[in-house]
Parts: sequence; C-alpha cells; structure tokens
Amino acid sequence: MSILINKDTRLLLQGAGRAGRFHAERSAEYCDTNLVGAVHPGKGGQKMGDVPIFDTVEQAMRAVEPTASMIFVPAMGAADAIMEAADAGIPLTSCITEGVPALDMARVIRFLEGKNTRLVGPNCPGLITPGEIKMGIMPANIHTPGRIGIVSRSGTLTYEAVYQVSQVGLGQSSCVGIGGDPINGTSFVDCLKLFAEDEQTVALIMIGEIGGTAEEEAAAYIKESGYSKPVVSFIAGQTAPPGKRMGHAGAIIAGGKGTASAKMDALTEAGVAVALKPSEMGSTLIRVLEERGIDAKS
Amino acid sequence: MNVHEFQAKEIFRKFGIPTVKGGATDSAAGAQAIADGLETEIVVLKSQIHAGGRGKGRFKEHPDLGGVKVLTDKSQVAALAEQMLGSTLVTKQTGAEGTVVKQVFVESGCPIEHEFYAAVLLDRESRAPVIMVSREGGMDIEEVAENTPEKIFKEVVDVHYGLHGFQARRLAAKLGWSGSAFKQGSRLLCDLVRCFMETDSSLMEVNPLVTTTDGEVIALDAKMTFDDNGLPRHPDIEAMADPNEMSPEEVEAKEWDLSYISLDGSVGCMVNGAGLAMATMDMIKHAGGEPANFLDVGGGATEERITAAFRIITGSPEVKAIFVNVFGGILRCDLLAEGVVAACKTLDLKVPLVVRMLGTNVTEGRQILADSGLAITFSEELGDAAAKAVAAAGGAA
Repeated sequence: MSILINKDTRLLLQGAGRAGRFHAERSAEYCDTNLVGAVHPGKGGQKMGDVPIFDTVEQAMRAVEPTASMIFVPAMGAADAIMEAADAGIPLTSCITEGVPALDMARVIRFLEGKNTRLVGPNCPGLITPGEIKMGIMPANIHTPGRIGIVSRSGTLTYEAVYQVSQVGLGQSSCVGIGGDPINGTSFVDCLKLFAEDEQTVALIMIGEIGGTAEEEAAAYIKESGYSKPVVSFIAGQTAPPGKRMGHAGAIIAGGKGTASAKMDALTEAGVAVALKPSEMGSTLIRVLEERGIDAKS
Repeated sequence: MNVHEFQAKEIFRKFGIPTVKGGATDSAAGAQAIADGLETEIVVLKSQIHAGGRGKGRFKEHPDLGGVKVLTDKSQVAALAEQMLGSTLVTKQTGAEGTVVKQVFVESGCPIEHEFYAAVLLDRESRAPVIMVSREGGMDIEEVAENTPEKIFKEVVDVHYGLHGFQARRLAAKLGWSGSAFKQGSRLLCDLVRCFMETDSSLMEVNPLVTTTDGEVIALDAKMTFDDNGLPRHPDIEAMADPNEMSPEEVEAKEWDLSYISLDGSVGCMVNGAGLAMATMDMIKHAGGEPANFLDVGGGATEERITAAFRIITGSPEVKAIFVNVFGGILRCDLLAEGVVAACKTLDLKVPLVVRMLGTNVTEGRQILADSGLAITFSEELGDAAAKAVAAAGGAA
C-alpha cells in the first residue's frame, strides 16, 4: 500500500524538453515505474526511446491510458498544461515547474473545481513510493521502502527528512512534495487524510515553512479529527526576517502572520511532535514511535 | 518586485483610474518646473522610495522634514526638493538605516472630502484575488483590521471574470458613496481589480483613496507589488525596477539568478533549495551562531554561479566562515565540488569553509574537494556540520 501512486500507475510526461526527458528517464529506470507516454506539442509521432510522444494529452489518453502525469512545461505554459491534463481526465497530475504566476494558479484552482483531477504542486519535487514508482525529480537512492509517510512544502528539505529516516533504520511509504508556492493544488490536510487511510503508513513527517496558514490548518485538522497516527514536524524559517520572500514565493512572513513560532505552537498544541532543529527529524520520530509503542520496521 | 508611487500611477492611468496631475524628477529645478506647470496653487511634494510610512518618516539630515510635504506656496518647491534629494529618509518600514531619496514626485493638491482605503491582494485562503475597502483611510490598515475588523469590507474576485459590477456597487454602498461618486467609484473599484489582474500584481494599495468636494473619487496614493513569477510577460513593468532600492549584493545575486537575502550574522551560507536554506539558517542559530545570509543556489551550480555566490557572501566583512550545505538531487555534487574548488582559487578565499554534501554523485564530489588541497572541513550530519561552521566563524555568539 501507499498513497496516490504505486506500481500500477501509468505515468505520462508533459513537456518533453531537456529537463522533462532527463527526469522521465530517471523515473523510468526506477523499480516498477511504468512510463507510458509523453506529450510535447509539435513532436507528436516521435519517440523518446520506446516511449511514444503525442501532441496533446487527449491523444495520449486515448492511446496509452495514463493514470498520472508529471509536468515539466515552462512556467508560462504550466497552468495550461495542468488544465489540459484535467480536461483529458487524468486523475493525478504533479506540476514540477517552478515560477508559475500566482494568478495562473488561482485560475487553475477554479478550473479544477468539479473535476476529478488531483493536482500536486506546482514548484515541487513530485511524489515517490519507494520500491515501486518515482514520479518526480528526487534522488532515488536515498529512499528505502517502509512505513513512514512524508509530506513537505520544500524539495531538498524533504530529501533531508528521507535521509534521516533511512539513517535511523526506517523507510518511507510514500513521499509527497506539495510545493512552495502560495497557491497550490494538494494541501497538508489532503495528504494527512490520504495517509490516515493507508495501512502501510504508521507515522508521518510533515515539513512546513514560514508563510500562509497551511500548517495551522493541518494542526486544526489533526486536533479535530483525533488523528490516530503520530505526526512529527519541522518548520523551516525560525530565523527568517519578516517581509522577505525566502526563495519560495510562498515563504514570507507578511503582516506579522505566518511565523514559524505560531505554526510550531499550533502543531504542538494539536499533539504533533515538533522537532526544534532540522537535524532532529529522525531522532524525534524514533522517540515518538517508542513512546507510542509502534513498530515501524516490519 | 516593487515600483515607486509615480510609476504605479502611470500604470493606473493606463487602466483609466483617476489620479491627480503631477510628475517625477531627480532635480530641484525639475521639481520647481513641474510645480509651476500645475494649475493648482497647493502642491504636494513626495519622496519616492519603496518603503511605506513616508508621511510620518523623517530625514536624518533634516529632522523636522517629513517624506511628504503639502505646500500652500509652490514657490518653495525647489528649496524643499533640494533638502529631500540625496537625503536619507527613515520610516517604520525602512529600518534605522533609512533609504536615500533619489527622486521626488510633485502633484497637484486636491480638495479632499473624505479619505478611504482600498487594496487588492492575492488571498491564500480563498486562493483568489480579494478586494478590501474601508472608510478608515490614511490609517494604519493593519491596526484597523486588528481592532475593528467590521470596518473593512471585502469581496472575493472571480478570476475568470474580474470584479462583478454588483460587487463593486455593494462595496460603494458600504463606503457610503452616493450620486456621481457612487457610479464613478464603483467603476474605479472594477478598474483597480482589472489593473491588478492584467499586470500580475500581488498587492495593490491605495491609501488614501479620496472623495473630493467636487464629488470625484481619486487614487491619491498608489502602491503596487508584482508577482516576480509574472514579470516575464510584463517587460514594461520589469523595466521600472529601481537598482537604487537594492544593495549591490542583491543586484549581483539577481544578475546570477541566485535567491539571496542579506542578514546580520557571521556564518555565510550557500545551500540548494529554499527550504533547506532556511533550515540551515535555523540550524546555525541553534548551534549558537548567526547566519550572515540566505542563499539558494538552486539546481544549476556552474563554476561562474558558485564564484558569484561566494563573492556575494564574502562581500560582507562580517562573514567569518562559509557553510556549504547541499543535498544533490538535480544538482550533482561533483559539479558543485568543481565549482567550489574553482571559486576558492579565483577569489583566493580567506575564510574557513565547511562543506556538507549528500545525494547525487556525492562520492565523486568529496573526492574532488579532498584532492583540491584546499583546507575544507567536512561533515555528513547537519547538526555537526553547523556546529563546525559556527566554531570556524569564531564560536558561539
């Protein structure tokens, strides 16, 4: 078991430029990842290795029936690519592209209302279910199949968490990067709900950062739902100055809101084990599992 | 990206949003000429810096002079502009160091009846633009929101349509507008939202938006911030960027597409990924040190970019050590290592270097650094690496 993607997922690449091809090839090499096609306007009929390229997602849908797509289309065309995936009826799409205008995302969110497509991202590393499928740009070799779910707004900090989980002798069920932009598709709460239903996942690491209220919303959900699985969290940006955009478009303390301390307080109050230092995500996880008597190894 | 008030008003005029007559200049004589060309006897002289709170701000060199001055006798414009230009204005948003005023904006005075507040912003919760208005213009709006939230009226904008006319009229009614001000003001609110959306703005503030004794509604102030991600489709707006508002380091960082923010500490940081970069700063603080900067080198670590990054970091004399923390994904550790070695040699780096490197091609990367003969401290564990970086910078603060 896992969330969102597994060995049966039929993966489509949207945007077969240099970066898209490179990462799609790395994904295809990983375990049981089944890359069924690519879409690149104007390159329809060509092939990428053995993989057929189509001009439109609709054509790909009819020919190879993908169940998920990952998007590498450049920023100014990314919103259109997401909407194209949704229009064609692909149930899951992950937009890796960084730099998508926020107003485009607002339009995408409205477009997705009432459609059966889940968007992960944009500006994210994608998703991985270790041992089965990689649908993103994360380094494969740090992952180990296991029972810890990971969800994060940041890319490389997710790798840090994965690395620490592997270092303490545990593995991951699925890892989801939800992205660092102010307006995105899938939220922490969405992922918490999915991980709650997943039998393989026994505990979670949730990595947040300054800006917005996604972490506070997650804390409220954990508290109100009486969330049964232990959650360990780290919030990046404890030392970030207010009013400065810390790389990610969404990582900014504005009008006194979105501070790390407010998020850490809300999570602690909801029963989440908050690691104060980023180096202590793994050790905090081990401590919590021991306290709750949970075996995360088998 | 931010622009000056006079630039925001140029944009406003393209969207038919009424402003008063005026012009911007960088000389006292130019300011006088603009003032002389205006029809009104009362004129307003405004310092052009990006920070807010200009009216209440004071010049370091002229403690009695505020950043915005209403003049009933416009023959004084040149003398006052002379004082403002080249002087340092300190407002609650500039910090104690203040910002040097390089341009002034001269505008006609106008017969104000009432000051209102209007803003359009991209609201993360509703995931759409939201327009906010209030009768409490000229005030600190965050205070109004905190103490009397019932005095702020909002409408969520339909991103596929813009602000509906009926929504604008609902706001106009709540603001107490009537007659010609009701009709013209409602249209102005729709135009503000249209301007916000068509320029990929992320924040627009008009404080104050005024009604005049002639029954007009006018944008007396204009503040616009643009979504950096949207700028590629607005080259005209991007050209309005004022390098004077950025530090030389920030200008160089922008040139190399490095995400950089200067801080006060002694441990320089070079990291890949924004989240890990923030976490690295946090870790330095926990180890008893202070980070000197935020720097996300991103996924493309060429020799030139790493050299630029090191040059920017060591540009501050406060920096006593550099901490490189890289988790290779897209970024390959071997390429990064080659870049680091070349940068150290090009710049003849004098401060100690602590490197933590993991992920793609890490073995090759470490070998390159080890073979370089450079004095580099290595560590694999984040906490240990940060402690070593803080120690290299002279120990805990």
